[in-house]
Amino acid sequence: MTANGLPSFSCVRGSAGADRAHFVTAAPGAAGGSLSGVECARLPAADLDEESAAWVRRLGTQGGARQAAERELYARLVRIALAEVRRRAPATPVTGPELDDVAHQAAGDAMLAILAKLDGFRGESRFTTWAYRFVILEVSSKLGRHYWRSPPVPLDAAQWERLPDRLGIDPARYAESAALLAEVRRVVEGELTPHQRRVFIAIVVDAIPLDALAVRLGLRRNAVYKVIFDARRKIRRALAANGYLDEPGLEQR
Amino acid sequence: MSDLERLERFLRTDPRDAGCDEAMAVLHIYVDLMLAGGDAAARYPGAAAHLLACGPCAEDFTGLLAAVAGE
Repeated sequence: MTANGLPSFSCVRGSAGADRAHFVTAAPGAAGGSLSGVECARLPAADLDEESAAWVRRLGTQGGARQAAERELYARLVRIALAEVRRRAPATPVTGPELDDVAHQAAGDAMLAILAKLDGFRGESRFTTWAYRFVILEVSSKLGRHYWRSPPVPLDAAQWERLPDRLGIDPARYAESAALLAEVRRVVEGELTPHQRRVFIAIVVDAIPLDALAVRLGLRRNAVYKVIFDARRKIRRALAANGYLDEPGLEQR
Repeated sequence: MSDLERLERFLRTDPRDAGCDEAMAVLHIYVDLMLAGGDAAARYPGAAAHLLACGPCAEDFTGLLAAVAGE
């Protein structure tokens, strides 16, 4: 932590390069902090908008100017993280002070990631948009992890009676949809692989958030999404083959 | 929309869907393009298809859009 109570984010900077006209470079020197030993990148300064170039320049310097830039960026990340957890509050069992803790943890981890990956900023967007993406993704990830502290639905609950509601089917028409939903269940239980079935039931039937399931299964979000993608395609094909739906259209991948 | 249409829409998959990793890799560019009035979906059709189908990535997109637009 710094003297003002903010986390310390500084990393060791490399020597100033010769291409000063084309790269933002840093003066030699070392600073403490949790990224001590990490070589910060030299960043392309050409073609950046004025504000982004200023961020890159300030974060690439040393001393008070850099610390001021870090404080300013961190304050923005905290503000955005707090707004984001509140926006997502209705969809998560995480509440109250724990939600604020998630926001502060997300901001801190995002700040470390931003400083460690400054060389990944290529000016394809504004610097702040690039930086804010880190904190939004951290909020997602942390809410997924916190879900299991007090999950409203345990894994493998298989609440099939909730499926009509999950699919947005009008309760007044549950009876009309019964045969169709029974066929969906038959396909899920009989034609999906065990892994596809478990993931489909957790996400679609039990409404467990995808990020939370990914944490529980030790998978990346993309891997879980791919399982659901394949399961949807397989179910659709089976329903079409049995005359419940038209033949598959845009579904080959 | 009938229940059958609702189910069909849920089960429909888009061959252009780029997946979470690719969509998240361009999310910041996508958001800036949108806010600048550009056609982000035309430039990144795979990401656009994915954001329509993936709830968590759509949430991240909405959050980043709100964060940047609120500046």
